[in-house]
Amino acid sequence: MTASGHLGEPVLEIRDLCVDYGVGKKAVRAITDATLTLHRGEVLGLAGESGSGKSTLAYALTRLLRAPGVITGGQVLFHSRPQGSDTTRTVDLLAAGVEELRVVRWSELSVVFQSAMHALNPVARIDAQLTDMLKVHRRKMTAEQRKERAIELLRMVGITSDRLLSYPHELSGGMRQRVMIAMALALEPQVVLMDEPTTALDVVTQREILEELMQLRQRLGFAVIFITHDLSLLIELADSIAIMYAGRIVERGGAQELFHSPRHPYTLGLINSFPALHGEKVRMEGIPGSPPALTSLPGGCAFHPRCTFALDRCSEEIPVLQRPVADSDGTERTAACWLQTDGQTVPQQLALPASAKLPAPRGEAAGAELPEPDGSIK
Amino acid sequence: MRTIFRRLGFYVLAAYAAVTLNFFLVRMLPGDALQNVLSKLRSAAITPEELKALAAQYGLDSHQSLASQYFSYLGNLLHGDLGTSTSKGVPVTAVLGTDLPWTIGLVGSATVIAFVFGTLIGIVVGWRRSGFFDALLPVATFFQAVPYFILAFLLLLTLGFYGKVFPYAQGYDTGNPDLVPGWNGTFITSVVEHGALPAATVALASIAGWIIGMRNVMLTTMDEDYVLVAAAKGLPQWKVAGVAARNAILPSISNFALSISLVVAGSIATEIVFSYPGLGYEIYQAILTGDYPLMQGILLVVIFTVLGANLLADMAYVALDPRARKES
Repeated sequence: MTASGHLGEPVLEIRDLCVDYGVGKKAVRAITDATLTLHRGEVLGLAGESGSGKSTLAYALTRLLRAPGVITGGQVLFHSRPQGSDTTRTVDLLAAGVEELRVVRWSELSVVFQSAMHALNPVARIDAQLTDMLKVHRRKMTAEQRKERAIELLRMVGITSDRLLSYPHELSGGMRQRVMIAMALALEPQVVLMDEPTTALDVVTQREILEELMQLRQRLGFAVIFITHDLSLLIELADSIAIMYAGRIVERGGAQELFHSPRHPYTLGLINSFPALHGEKVRMEGIPGSPPALTSLPGGCAFHPRCTFALDRCSEEIPVLQRPVADSDGTERTAACWLQTDGQTVPQQLALPASAKLPAPRGEAAGAELPEPDGSIK
Repeated sequence: MRTIFRRLGFYVLAAYAAVTLNFFLVRMLPGDALQNVLSKLRSAAITPEELKALAAQYGLDSHQSLASQYFSYLGNLLHGDLGTSTSKGVPVTAVLGTDLPWTIGLVGSATVIAFVFGTLIGIVVGWRRSGFFDALLPVATFFQAVPYFILAFLLLLTLGFYGKVFPYAQGYDTGNPDLVPGWNGTFITSVVEHGALPAATVALASIAGWIIGMRNVMLTTMDEDYVLVAAAKGLPQWKVAGVAARNAILPSISNFALSISLVVAGSIATEIVFSYPGLGYEIYQAILTGDYPLMQGILLVVIFTVLGANLLADMAYVALDPRARKES
């Protein structure tokens, strides 16, 4: 139900992406073998605790990592299909030359940063910041056209054109974030990366901006990678969700499936750590312990010291992402957990049938409606 | 605009305070300007009438009350009358008029050169983080660490006395009778040649400060999100560096204005070493001869350049940083 009609072909494929901080012996692995696919018009949520590597992943795929971040392996395939064109051109962003990368940046893949307070240049007026990329990427535009576009962009996010000559410090936090969003959409990119775009705002403004954002997405049809630590937000917002822990993607699935039938103990812990608005009062259960330091990851599954279901195997071997035993057919979901392999007794909480009680979210996650055969719950 | 006016009011007040201090400071010094004059005229016998006339000429009539001396000093000041130099016997304004252009020309241009090149190098060093220009830093710091006058002597001996690349004394070739001071080619060439070594001293001694200052701010600015945004926008490298530099240069601008204020007084050692006919050399002479009116005059010039430069710094800052425009 996006502008392009349905979740179409992939627009961004991340394959086995690895990122280190530092080089040589002191290097710390921040991302290990991240593989993700973003489809056209999809909202992909990336969730995890602080330090789980979600922002690092986002910056790595645009090659905006700050030193000492180093991409040590993998591919980021961007299947670019400019509006009105039928041909798709594939670029490996990690292998692209500086100039090639520069052209893709913003025009096809833009970024909304966490804190608009710091993301806007304090000494430049709003109009200059809304038009500088037009100058570079749309060379044929005249100054007049650029100004018109800037006004149009501001109107799109609900800001009047008299703000064009303001400086960032003259705007409120919410307005700044709106300007940032307008900036990100200026060149009608196919993918917008949002790194906790509303974390710095109060909840009311947060909701307003998110609603506007989703309307704009429906209208313009761009795909979104939405990074947040707020899983409850993602369940409303995203079509599919990837959960990260200690630099690895540990579970991936449709938003509703993931919420109603988590397959990884960490996901279960995250879901249990925020309260439901309805229903009886339940004692909140957080996840015991704290996330591990990347410098001293436990052996095996990095989550096993905090996991209530941990097996002997978990401290020895690192689980790979695979289809959970409970979801035998159709779905695209994967989890990296030894509990979900054949022959294991899956705890009941991690083997709930994937059927959603609610209608499937916007991005019809294929096959989610089918109840799982009971046999998978032993 | 209101900000500027408020600053202006403050500067007028500061100027008045400084001028007043200037008056009392000289009078609090031990010794008597008149005595200094007399010691120069030792051979001549002086009658009390002549003494009185001299005292009147130099505005040092000790029979007047301090208050009336003060007010006549202020009144004279407003008319641009700074008294008469006791060591030279000419009006102080005339002395300042001949000295000031030399100092401003020499130290001013050296400061501007050091600022412009230092800042540019600082931007590049900060942007590249490492590379060729980084090797320049220790060299520049070495020149900064060497005291002014030793650096001046080093240059004088190597490039002047032994190397004979540049002349090393006076403001221009005083020994050449064909040289007519004025706006003509030969004179200007001579001035530039004579200015080269002292200017190099001033520039070399200060450039490291500009490089390091700019580089450090540049390094922290490059970690700002808006620089990352500029890169994410797909702007060309130099534009991204421009965004960072534009923000990083703000502290350097105010430092520049402050260093301008040191132009007048900051070159004493250099001017003495190179016998340069500027204000620094003059204040040295004035102190040696106990020429209080001249000292006062030079101090006034220093005061007004400091205040003027500060005002300029304020205005430049307001012009460059929109956040400074809005004041509560």
